[in-house]
Amino acid sequence: MYRYDEFDHRLVNERVAQFRRQVARRLDGELTEDQFKPLRLMNGLYLQLHAYMLRVNVPYGVLSTRQLRKLAMIARRYDRDYGHFTTRQNIQYNWVSLEDTPDILAALAEVEMTAMQSSGNCVRNITADQYAGRAADELEDPRVWCELIRQYSLLNPEFAYLPRKFKIAVTGSPNDRAAVAVHDIGLRMHHDDNGRAGFEVLVGGGQGRTPVIGRTIRDWIEPEHILSYIEAILRVYNLYGRRDNIYKARIKILVNALGIDKFRELVETEWAALRGGELTIPEEEIERIERYFAPPAWETLFDQGEAMRAQAAAEPEFGAWLEANTAAHKAPGYMIVNLSLKATGHEPGDLDADRMDRVADLADRFSLGELRVSHRQNLVFADVRQQDALELWRALRELGLATPNIGKLTDMIACPGLDYCALANARSIPVAQDISRHFTAVDKLHAIGDLTINISGCMNACGHHHVGNIGILGVDKQGQEFFQLTLGGASDQHAALGDRLGRALPQAEVPAAIERIVDCYLDLRAADETFLDTYRRVGIKPFKAAVYDDTAEVRRVA
Amino acid sequence: MTQVLTANRLGDGQVVFLTADGNWSTAIGDSLVAADDAFAEELLALGQRAERECEVIGPYLIEVRQEAGTIEAVAIREAIRANGPTVAYGPA
Ligand code: SF4
Repeated sequence: MYRYDEFDHRLVNERVAQFRRQVARRLDGELTEDQFKPLRLMNGLYLQLHAYMLRVNVPYGVLSTRQLRKLAMIARRYDRDYGHFTTRQNIQYNWVSLEDTPDILAALAEVEMTAMQSSGNCVRNITADQYAGRAADELEDPRVWCELIRQYSLLNPEFAYLPRKFKIAVTGSPNDRAAVAVHDIGLRMHHDDNGRAGFEVLVGGGQGRTPVIGRTIRDWIEPEHILSYIEAILRVYNLYGRRDNIYKARIKILVNALGIDKFRELVETEWAALRGGELTIPEEEIERIERYFAPPAWETLFDQGEAMRAQAAAEPEFGAWLEANTAAHKAPGYMIVNLSLKATGHEPGDLDADRMDRVADLADRFSLGELRVSHRQNLVFADVRQQDALELWRALRELGLATPNIGKLTDMIACPGLDYCALANARSIPVAQDISRHFTAVDKLHAIGDLTINISGCMNACGHHHVGNIGILGVDKQGQEFFQLTLGGASDQHAALGDRLGRALPQAEVPAAIERIVDCYLDLRAADETFLDTYRRVGIKPFKAAVYDDTAEVRRVA
Repeated sequence: MTQVLTANRLGDGQVVFLTADGNWSTAIGDSLVAADDAFAEELLALGQRAERECEVIGPYLIEVRQEAGTIEAVAIREAIRANGPTVAYGPA
């Protein structure tokens, strides 16, 4: 992974010292809250419903075990023994104090982590495929580009005050696991006929109250020009993006208002002036960053598929886990393992300090001392030897991190919702818990197949509800919490926004409604169809009837 | 409308309520209750002074219900804010 150089260290340490002085001045009353708030937000410190919340960046979701142990220490010493992994592959602490924050930031700096730009109207944490550099289906490692963009955008004075926050995601695989189409800028890497890499650039995607699927502004750009092209987009946005209305300030609104063609024209004009200039990335620099992400020295191993199948036959629980929670690795004899943070009834994305330490121990033992955070709020061991699968599974099961549900119905994304968030309309976590307790039968989950449920507690959509196969949005109806369902959303290479199913439901009715939707799908599906396939084929009508029309024939499964 | 004054403590961010002796408590049950708007305005003025003195931030009034000696926030949001998350958290 990337390691700080002298310059990075100095910059981060100076920033911590500066914030320490700012906090002291705030506590002394030299700064008012109005003066201080933008300063604390620049360092990732929010005031939430109950307390201060600190959001710490995990650049493109990659963590060393040394970093995870530090995160555990922070949870233990400065918070309430846990942290929450978010849809930006970051971690949030919900109970930190202002007085402690400079010490927390100093502790993070020791392991090359920061909370800079995790908030505010700037370029936020760059996100990527959690399988980056390892997936069998990958063309290019996106982390190299994420790191280059991170360095370019960190404390870039020109873009410190954008009209609104700005999110960038990169995928190097044709199977998009990074939801790039719902980002302000989404980058997809492709190969040309000669096998040379390049980027397709999407712009103006986003969620929130006006969800938009990003559009391709350029279908090919050579890698060395990617920063100048991003700069051209940021400049056009900085200049023309609206600053008078917070709800109309994201780049998607500008792209919609101008139309993609006009927007492209402005960007291309800007880029014509920048192209070939100082933002062109020298080959040595690309190579230098690539070296940080060079594949580790994998052992020469043989595929253990047959042996694992035999183990699975002897131990069906292991088989279910193998089927759902692992993915194909590019090196023979290796595999990618997902750690589910979605055990039955668990708060999606939460992990306590002790288990952080245990996970770090396991990653040292089984996955070359590194792990990943996924935007679906799980953890990933990217370099596991297949011959260790059974042993790792046993260890993970003991920690409650081996629920065989990755990509299945109970692998839900849920934002913090009204239990923590000052902006919420409704609680998300209890809804996720209800659904998870309703669908505990592994056989049924696996029979249902791949199905994402995403839950947000308000229309800011941090829980990605618009792009869940089933989306759940918390709404406030005269002081009561209700939940609006959408169907058909997707965040992969065929990204789509969900369609509204019908009137919002009270919390108690949500699990049964999900069950009716699922049963309707099981009734209608043709061989091998996923939920989404069936939905796209039959449309919303039968599902509407299944949920709202009590005269419809509803098959109930005990 | 029966109201109490709430804020967050500046140093540690905890949710606090203004008490009869002019202190701030983390328990809503300790709150000084204003039975009418005029008194509530006085509480708010006290809160604003405490904010200037860097004790708390963002003081505001919330509606409460008093029953059998307890004080409960009326709105769900305020009840959750006063009582903490409705879900378990941290180590099992
Ligand atoms: S979606 Fe709304 S409730 Fe959920 S975390 Fe975002 S702002 Fe808060």
